[in-house]
Amino acid sequence: MTDNHIVLPVITHLFTAVVLIFFWKKTRISRIISVVANSILVISSFVLFTRTWNAGVFTMQAGNWPAPFGITFVADVFSSTMVLLTSLSGMAVSMYSAVGVSKARMKFGYFPLLHFLLMGLNGAFLTGDIFNLYVWFEIIIISSFVLMTLGGRKPQIEGGIKYVAANLMASVIFLTGIAILYGLTGSLNMADLSRKVALIPNRHLINITALLFLVGFGIKSAVFPLFLWLPSSYHTPPSAIAAVFGGLLTKVGVYALLRVFTLIFVPDDFIAFTLMAVATATLLTGAFGAIIQKDIRRILSYLIVCHVGYMVAGLGLFTETALTGSLFYLIHDIMVKTNLFLVSGLIYKIKGTIKLEQAGSLYAAYPKLSLLMALVLFSMVGVPPLSGFWPKIYLFQAAFAAHSYTVIGAIIVASFFTLYITAKLWAEVFWKDAPTGVARHSDLYNRMNHYGKALLVTPVILLAIVTLYIGLGAENIARVSVHIAQELMDPSPYINAVLGEVVLEP
Amino acid sequence: MEVILAILIGVLYAAGIYMMVRRSLVKLLIGLILLGNGANMLIFLLGRITKGSPPVIPEDARVFAEVYADPIPQALILTAIVISFGLQAFAIILLKQVYIVNASDDLDDLNPIEEEI
Repeated sequence: MTDNHIVLPVITHLFTAVVLIFFWKKTRISRIISVVANSILVISSFVLFTRTWNAGVFTMQAGNWPAPFGITFVADVFSSTMVLLTSLSGMAVSMYSAVGVSKARMKFGYFPLLHFLLMGLNGAFLTGDIFNLYVWFEIIIISSFVLMTLGGRKPQIEGGIKYVAANLMASVIFLTGIAILYGLTGSLNMADLSRKVALIPNRHLINITALLFLVGFGIKSAVFPLFLWLPSSYHTPPSAIAAVFGGLLTKVGVYALLRVFTLIFVPDDFIAFTLMAVATATLLTGAFGAIIQKDIRRILSYLIVCHVGYMVAGLGLFTETALTGSLFYLIHDIMVKTNLFLVSGLIYKIKGTIKLEQAGSLYAAYPKLSLLMALVLFSMVGVPPLSGFWPKIYLFQAAFAAHSYTVIGAIIVASFFTLYITAKLWAEVFWKDAPTGVARHSDLYNRMNHYGKALLVTPVILLAIVTLYIGLGAENIARVSVHIAQELMDPSPYINAVLGEVVLEP
Repeated sequence: MEVILAILIGVLYAAGIYMMVRRSLVKLLIGLILLGNGANMLIFLLGRITKGSPPVIPEDARVFAEVYADPIPQALILTAIVISFGLQAFAIILLKQVYIVNASDDLDDLNPIEEEI
């Protein structure tokens, strides 16, 4: 079905960003516009989600050029779920930024950049054209470059270099893959590519091209061994920015992997083996990396790496159950990781440090807030019935069915280490007595007025409620995941919606 | 023509990657620029080179009579050039800032070891 409203999430962010540029120095108005725009987006993306859920795949042909000649935008349940999750995170981050980000940063265009970043994310989720996906990736990285280095403190700049170099490299490799794919098929439309790539007899050439895409997206989604840029840069920007990065930027890489490796390159034995090996190594290195860190944000950075492994493992197993696990984890992970970085920002506001040895006694000072944070932490670990528990069941089931015992082992080890790290965080930050001898830090959170406190805590509560729903209403989320997994396993409705029922002869 | 271009692309990629793994910040940037140009040339080459037949339909015809040059690779390259131009402009400013803050062009001077642990 053709429906031009599906690009609304992109257009709204673009419009908001442009309006915000006109209020460059007026921080108060900027904050209000940003929060209002994000609320509108939450509603409109929820509408988009219910419509795709009920009616199937919607498409839009840019400039009314028929596919595969023009640029196509496609909203299936997968895309619209991702857009909905982006809007929820965007909403939370925008509220949190209203007090969590310094005025100086706001005056240098923080809010317009945030909206450009969210626009790029929504565009990447909605596009049905591989080169257009590249362009959206570039929009995402250039706004994230500026957001990461905004402020220009020494660690930020140093982290920024690694981030910029790795991401530019990823873009070039992705572009090389696109060039070869275009040379092979003469098409850029993903649905059209799906048909044409399947007809090419030289499978080795296809596998090499697929590997280029795997490396390009792998750098962006921070899988082993391409993740090293992430832990050395994600701890540097302010928490609100790190929350968008941690929650969404690596996940757009995972989205691209899931999309491209189910629609265009259907994994054969070689690709499936590579994906599983990569996933196993990612799970283990992420977990081992996280246990030696002594800084909350660095721990979280390594946990992002570790948990990307679950999603890639599901893709490598490539059965409907496995993909259901991946998608469930993706939905859960976006909410929880965004929230955890917001929580780390709250801890920083209260204690003035995010180093484990200097923090402590948070539970004694703020029992209610601590319990809220504990809920988020335990959701990440997946203590039943919280949200991280359910996707692992699907992954286990799929891995047992495929007799991939290495993957099962890696999942168990990674989950165990995540539990250990969470316990360590809880003990060090919340329970232990605050160490003496450290310079006393004035509690910035306590000195805020009620309005400021509310703006900091509400987004955390909001995301925690969504996480609780993912855990307690797992049945519904599982239904969505199963639906998306079926879409990915059998892409013919997607292809037919884009190209029409007629099979084009190559 | 194709062979020359293929060699050129190989040289650009090799030189780009070699420059990226050097320790100097400026060489990192040069490496990225070379890689970007290599990728653009690759799109150009793989879009098939057709000599002397621009994709313009004559006034009295409705469709192309014979083989014509594919215009899409050029559109793609143009987009990629504009994007990489913007990114490189940003990267130059960032490198300058790193040099101001760090007073060094050496990548090994970033994040010293005591900060890493």
